[in-house]
Amino acid sequence: MIGAHYAADSSDAFSIVPLDALTAIYHRRSGVTHVVTDPVPQIIEALAGKTLSAEDLLSALAVDHEIVIDSETLAGLNARLDELTEVGLVSPA
Amino acid sequence: MRHHYSVKVGPAGFRIGSAWPQPIAALAQLYALYPKPIDLIPDFTVRLEPDTRLRQWIRPSVAIRGDFTLPDAVPMSLDHGLLAAELGMNLQMAMGQRNFLLLHAGSVERDGEVLIVTGESGAGKSTLCALLGETGWRFMGDEFALIEPETGLAWAFPRPVSLKNKAVDVVRAVAGEGRMGPMMAGTPKGDIRHFIPSPEALAAMDKPGKPALILFPRFGYARAARPMGRAEVFVRLTQASTNYVTLGERGFKALTRLVDETPVGAIDYPDTESALSLVEELWAARR
Repeated sequence: MIGAHYAADSSDAFSIVPLDALTAIYHRRSGVTHVVTDPVPQIIEALAGKTLSAEDLLSALAVDHEIVIDSETLAGLNARLDELTEVGLVSPA
Repeated sequence: MRHHYSVKVGPAGFRIGSAWPQPIAALAQLYALYPKPIDLIPDFTVRLEPDTRLRQWIRPSVAIRGDFTLPDAVPMSLDHGLLAAELGMNLQMAMGQRNFLLLHAGSVERDGEVLIVTGESGAGKSTLCALLGETGWRFMGDEFALIEPETGLAWAFPRPVSLKNKAVDVVRAVAGEGRMGPMMAGTPKGDIRHFIPSPEALAAMDKPGKPALILFPRFGYARAARPMGRAEVFVRLTQASTNYVTLGERGFKALTRLVDETPVGAIDYPDTESALSLVEELWAARR
């Protein structure tokens, strides 16, 4: 959904530990451990403590990571944000 | 309760009460070399009671009660009262222990460093740890490895090892008949005999060690050793822990630290000789 905004808890709400190719994220508020792959840790780090549209989040991610900003990448990011909303790491704002 | 027995296994004190004398007599024999809980105050209590009042006398059947119970546990025959006591002790530890991250794993120690052996039921961790305990290692336990969140150290829980079916003869051949408990035939898990850890292992039960290698053995395959990724190890150890979720962030930190700091390997083995030699090889190459 173009134009939707997303928010994540501030960075001190997460404990993020890389484990080779995957990353373990402990979400303090829910007490749930998530084992995730890229780009989830990057999304959480970029969105932590903020409320951003998917477009602005994509721009923020492109600052530190090699990302092509186009409609395909945006669609992929929206799909990840929907998944993260479902598991409670991200909330719609 | 009319009959009772208190015992300390590693850092945990237990008081087992029973409506019948037989399980208590068997415990007293099996745990004769174990210390009593400090000040005789137990951390956990287990009660072996008749399922119904009539069952105390007629075809006696033992129901396991305590601070934590399994609602759908089937009462056991009085002949297997020792097993019921052990299940009750395990259950109280698994559900009630808050001071340690519990991993369903065996462990042995050498030179202050600990080998943790985990894996699915039937992987042979009990037999392997019992045998290692007789061949130059200090036996620390076959059921739970206790990881202290604050230090990362592994503590012992060296209860007697319940050996099933063919494993009984394998361990008895090495340790001798004098270290074996009574035969319990036809239990839900097969024929079971307990193996009593060495007096040295029991005397050192309060001594922790630093985890130095985690192995995931698999029985019934050609001799092989395989590396494992840390993410897979982390996920498998969360599944092997009985209290990971309960401990919250303490559990997360303890487990990520363990996975981060400890070398890991998977081993396949067709027989105990292969398993023991693989352990020694991987131990020598652990750094």
